[in-house]
Amino acid sequence: MDDRGRQKHPRGLRVQKQYFTFAEPPHEMVLESGARLGPVTIVYETFGNLSKAKDNVVLIAHAFSGDSHVSGLYEGEPDDAGPGWWDSMVGPGKGVDTDRFFVICSNILGGCAGSTGPSSPNPVTGRPYSLDFPMVTIGDMVGAQKALLDHLGINKVVAVIGGSLGGMQALEWSVRYPDMVRAVIPIATTMRHSALAIAFNEVARQAIMADPNWNHGDYYGQTGPDMGLAVARMIGHVTYLSDQAMRRKFGRRLQDKKDFSFGFDIDFQVESYLRHQGSKFVQRFDANSLLYITKASDYFDLVEQTAVGESFQDLGLTKAKFLVVSYTSDWLYPTYQAKELVQALKRADRNVSFCEIEADCGHDAFLIPDERLNNLVRGFLDGVAGK
Amino acid sequence: MVLPESEIMRYDLRIIASWIEKGSRVLDLGCGNGDLLARLTADRSVKGTGIERDKEKAAFCIARGLSVLQGDLNTEVEDYPDNSFDYVILSQTLQQVLEPATLLRSLSRIGRQVIVSFPNFSHYTIRLQLLFKGIAPKNEQLPYSWYDTPNIRVITLADFRKFAGDVGYTIVREVAINTDHHDRQGHIVRWFTNLRASYGIFAIEKTHP
Repeated sequence: MDDRGRQKHPRGLRVQKQYFTFAEPPHEMVLESGARLGPVTIVYETFGNLSKAKDNVVLIAHAFSGDSHVSGLYEGEPDDAGPGWWDSMVGPGKGVDTDRFFVICSNILGGCAGSTGPSSPNPVTGRPYSLDFPMVTIGDMVGAQKALLDHLGINKVVAVIGGSLGGMQALEWSVRYPDMVRAVIPIATTMRHSALAIAFNEVARQAIMADPNWNHGDYYGQTGPDMGLAVARMIGHVTYLSDQAMRRKFGRRLQDKKDFSFGFDIDFQVESYLRHQGSKFVQRFDANSLLYITKASDYFDLVEQTAVGESFQDLGLTKAKFLVVSYTSDWLYPTYQAKELVQALKRADRNVSFCEIEADCGHDAFLIPDERLNNLVRGFLDGVAGK
Repeated sequence: MVLPESEIMRYDLRIIASWIEKGSRVLDLGCGNGDLLARLTADRSVKGTGIERDKEKAAFCIARGLSVLQGDLNTEVEDYPDNSFDYVILSQTLQQVLEPATLLRSLSRIGRQVIVSFPNFSHYTIRLQLLFKGIAPKNEQLPYSWYDTPNIRVITLADFRKFAGDVGYTIVREVAINTDHHDRQGHIVRWFTNLRASYGIFAIEKTHP
């Protein structure tokens, strides 16, 4: 083929954002907190083709700062544009094979990549919600995804797959809509946040709220809490890495200099890297969304939820298969937390597989192309859906 | 869909497979690459689970469609409710277990029947080495030196029979086998088993008083 771009992405996916709006007043969505929200818009993307029987659906739930663009390029984008955030996993012939499966990924409720969130206009005032946006939970995010599937006429999914916050959504799916889900793949995730995870989230939130530009959440149309948001991202980023990875990537190497500056400019490479990550993040993320989403993840507690009756055991006859994956160097959601999940599933007589993957990249390892994870997911999905 | 095994399965595993009833619930401890589970799933429609310590082997099993937990079998078995399985299989692993009595107690709690296979340490080749050479014996089934062997328990068929009785189990089935040096082919030994068999395979159940 003479088209150079096509040589680069020989079977690359081309996708577009799609929008679904529901819960128009007076039929608002009732949230777990009891608050009502509407209308709700969910942005989503689909990959592959839906079978006639609508029985080849794989739902992917994105992590905290992700979006609906899981793979491929947008239509009209240049061929060298960066692909979606899980391009290594989702695509033709990949771990989640879009030649077989119809993959759906939507931006979470409360997010800032197209779905309704604190930066969306409040229909009452016409101005952005800011802190008038109601608190949403992982359960509400999943509820919105369910509304989207209803809209698409899909009542059964082969698997819900997600890493980190996406893993929480996958788990929530398994207890909230057990009859719809044949398999669940929670990756690098937890049944509930440890004090450590809540602590880092709280530091991130405080960084934003301490920024004078935050203005109690009311900053839309003016300068936002960019510094606070950047610091929040820097903290987050440290928790996604690992001691090992940071030693390997940066060590104590200095940034473009031979000696210390004996001041507070950037001396170390790791400082430069974090500042870069922080300022890059400010370009694409809304500070209030960070507040809401981190709080939702802190509230998530599947242990509590399953203890009060909606347990794995009460899932009736439909017994979803689980594949739980953790990473050796993940100190945000360490393997012991994945093992607690596995233990709960075993006690409830669920069909569960578990594998810890050896990797030094910390929590973010699941986003880094790795044939081992692809093989696990591909084989597991074959076991669920047949070859 | 489970991929079938790529080559002929170990002889002792084929014997064990023949003891498993169709459609039963099976836990395979130290399942390796999952050959036995794959065979049982394909031929006997069992609901099978494996436990394997090695990460690559566990991943291999999962990728071929089996339900496998990567972890230490001694602790993993603790999580299951009573009578979760019809059969719990411990093939060629007992000789590496630190606390066999504790483990067997757990296994009989979670499974109706426990199937155990292990290399027989009273095989005549081993006896002759100790008698004539005076060295810690090695053979094809026990190939390690004293300083690097994972086989920390020295078991003979006679020892196991006594052990089973002492800790409260009834042996409901027993076969002694001799295998070739790849363990792929073999035959059943009927006479002087403790002397001539390279492996013993036992099915035990909790003795009900």
